[in-house]
Formats: sequence, C-alpha cells, structure tokens
Amino acid sequence: MDKTNLKINDKDVVVPGEILAEGMDYLPSQGTYRKDNHVIASMLGLARIEGKVIKIIPLSGNYLPKRGDVIVGKVADINFSGWSVETNSAYAAMLSMKDATSDYIRRGEDLTKYFNIGDYIVTKIYNVTSQNLIDLTMKGPGLRKLTTGRIMKVASPKVPRIIGKQGSMVSMIKKATNCNIIVGQNGVVWIKGLNPEDELITVETIKKIEDESHVSGLTGIIQKFLESKGRKAVLETVTEETTGEA
Amino acid sequence: MNKEKQDHVLNYLNKNVRYDGRKKDEYRKITVETGIAATAEGSAKVTIGETVVLAGVKFEVGAPYPDQLDKGTMMVNAELLPMSNPRFESGPPNIESIELARVVDRGIRESNAIDYKKLCIKEGELVWTVIVDITPLNADGNLFDASALAVLLAIKDAKMPKLKDNKIDYKSKTDQKVPMLEEPISVTVLKIGNHYIVDPVSDEEDVLDARLTVALTKDNTICALQKGGEQPLSEKEIEEMVDLAVRKSKELRGYLR
Repeated sequence: MDKTNLKINDKDVVVPGEILAEGMDYLPSQGTYRKDNHVIASMLGLARIEGKVIKIIPLSGNYLPKRGDVIVGKVADINFSGWSVETNSAYAAMLSMKDATSDYIRRGEDLTKYFNIGDYIVTKIYNVTSQNLIDLTMKGPGLRKLTTGRIMKVASPKVPRIIGKQGSMVSMIKKATNCNIIVGQNGVVWIKGLNPEDELITVETIKKIEDESHVSGLTGIIQKFLESKGRKAVLETVTEETTGEA
Repeated sequence: MNKEKQDHVLNYLNKNVRYDGRKKDEYRKITVETGIAATAEGSAKVTIGETVVLAGVKFEVGAPYPDQLDKGTMMVNAELLPMSNPRFESGPPNIESIELARVVDRGIRESNAIDYKKLCIKEGELVWTVIVDITPLNADGNLFDASALAVLLAIKDAKMPKLKDNKIDYKSKTDQKVPMLEEPISVTVLKIGNHYIVDPVSDEEDVLDARLTVALTKDNTICALQKGGEQPLSEKEIEEMVDLAVRKSKELRGYLR
C-alpha cells in the first residue's frame, strides 16, 4: 500500500471536511465519505486506520439505540400495555408487560408495584424497528430495577473507554472504590457504594475518563489517579491500550 | 418526588457531604464576565459550577405608568431554554421561568437598586424602560442566585443609548450608566431533611423540602423573600436560613468588584 496517499496519522483528531486520504487506495467507513478522489471526514473525532479502511470515532454525540445493547433507562410513563422508558436517545422505548416480568398480571392491576415512574432499570434492547421504536426486555442476566444508588450521565461514545478492554477499566474502579457500577451503553451510569466518599471518587474517576478518553495509556493514568486518592488500583486483564471499542 | 433519590441525597448530607463532594455551605466556583454581547446595551455572564446564565439589558422609551408619572420602569424576563436542561420545554413561559423572572425582578425593585426618578425624560410623557432578559445556557441548579448576580452585573454594565427626537438611536451609546442606588444580592438556601444548604446542583433541587431566596442590600437589610418547596418553614428555621444567607451574601458581593 502506498502510504503517501494518506494525509493523516492514526489517532489524529480530524475535523469535518478534512481530506484524510487521496486516491482509491483507502475505503471510507463510519464518519467519512468519498468525494471525487478523496476520502473526507464528515465528523469531528479521532481518525482510525484499519488496514484499507478509514473510520472516525466521534468525540461526542448522542446515543443511537442498537439491538442487544444493555442500557440504563428511566421509567417515564405507565400506559395500557406496559411502561415507556427514557433511554437518553432521541427515540421512545417501550417495555411491554410480557417482557417485564414472568408474573401473571391481572387486568387493571396497579403496575407501579413493578416499576414506578422515575425508577431506573437495567434493561436490554431486543429490537429496534425501522421507525426507530425501541422494544425493551427485562429477561436476561443482571436485568433489574435499580434501587438507591446514584445516576450520572456520560457521552455515549466514551462508554467503551469507561468499560475498558474486556471490562478491565470498570472492574479496576469497582475494586478500588468498593462500588457497584453499571455502565449502560446509552451513557447512563449507575453507582452504588457503601458510603458517599466511595461514590464521589467513582464519579470523579468516571469524569476523568470522559475528559481524557482520547489520551493513550488511559488505564495507567486512571490507576495513578485512584492511587493518588489513596485507593489500591490493580489492573488484572491485558494492559495493552486500544482506542477502539471494548 | 422520588423518595429513593431524596434518601440518597440525605445519606450524603447526614455525613456532611454534598452530592458533588462540597461542604454544606460552600458555593461552587463562580466566574463573572461583563460586556460580552455587542448587540445589548449591557450584558453579563455568570458561571456557577456547571450552571451558566446570560443576562442582557436593552432600553426603550415610552409613556410612564399613570401612578408614577415621574419614574422610569424596569422589566425582567426569563426564558428557560431546552438546550440548557432537557427538563425544560420550549413554548410559552411556564411557572418556573415566571418565578425566576419575578424573584429576580423583586430583588432589584424592592431594594430600590435603580433610581427610577432619574430615568424620567419628560414627566408624564416620556420615560426610560430598562428591559432585562435572563437566558440560562446551562442549568445545573441555583438559577436564582446566578440570574440575580448576572442581572445586577448587566445593569451595572449597561451604557444608555443616545436619544434623538425622543427616539432611541441604538447605534450610538453614551457614557451614561443606569443610575444605581443599591446592589442587592440574592442567596437561595435549601432545606433538605434538617439540613440547610446553599448553591444546590440539579440533583439536590429535585429533592428539596423547602427553599428560601433572600435578597439583601449592602447593609444586610432583607428586601425580598421567596419561599418554595412543599414543606412549611417555622419561624426559627427561617431565621437560621436568613443567617446563612447573610453570611454567604458577603462572599457573593465580592464578585461585583
């Protein structure tokens, strides 16, 4: 492959309209397009070169619902057939009665005893229709109503960095802070610790990851950060850094 | 109100920590900027933590009110934009934005901050109207204090435009400032459980029992009060909240320079 046609380096920050490569040697992917002989960026983000394919990992943006994602949602309303849930995206989500519980629900029963308005739930997207209507289910391991704990929101493109490679980052934070953490793919994070101090350190750590997600060697930075707070941070899984998805 | 969330915030307060790690009587970092909008005669931006509020001042001339023929007037308007917090909806003003505008208005008006008599151009015929607009750019709690500070700074920053044949020439400004007599500072104190806190973040505002906005003049005279929230306040509680407000107002007054 002729490297001279490439106008950028891997992990460069690129802006919309920037020419990433000339000629037909490279293929446009997510966040890029081909115009005449050029591959051009269509969004702000980090350019990634994977073989012949150039794609852009956005620095920010809204969550786009995807089938199979486990998200943290907030119950917004109760209607005849189930619950409508806020997913931190532009589209409405529905949790129908049959997907919510295996209990027998009598006609006219008070649905608030399962999920009340304002409750947070860990739920899975099992279908996204062509009209972007989201169907949710509570049937699966770990899917449940969240009681107590606090909620914070992060930009959804940063979610893979918070989770880390094979969950390495989040499990390191969990061990260091003694907190229970659930990171929804939609950027809603639920944190529950034994005391406020633990939770505050977790919030601070996640904010730091969000701010410095583009820096390489992030796991090491976070490890040092946790240690500076007097926490023991041990990284167990592979330490190799990737900017890609977990 | 979400009981679980309130319990969680209370759990923090019982251990003397705020939901974002601050002390109970601590404000977030405050920065102020004036003269940031070229199209307004006066403007100010106040940042308290994540909360950002913009205030702008425009002038108009018109007939005075029939009961105060020798006095100018002031108008305060607030618009809570959906971009500042997803909880807000666009459309006609709702109860929240009306309350915000009125509380800020009352603080300025009842402290006699503006010398309305000097805003009279011709008695009974023509007076100045000071129009203030409040626009939160990001609403993460404590819009009352941020807006009150921004409005006062914007009025202080304002330079009156030139008057030509009883009409305003907005293109040419004079060096004349709005005649000021007083500088009212607003401090909002929240009551959650049996705790008093200042400068709440959104999460804390969501679970408040009661709130009291206190506007204070330079010599700590209370010039306006606004009570909010569902729980009642006893006389003793109001006294304690006012004491805290008086203490914090000195800190806020420092940002007037």
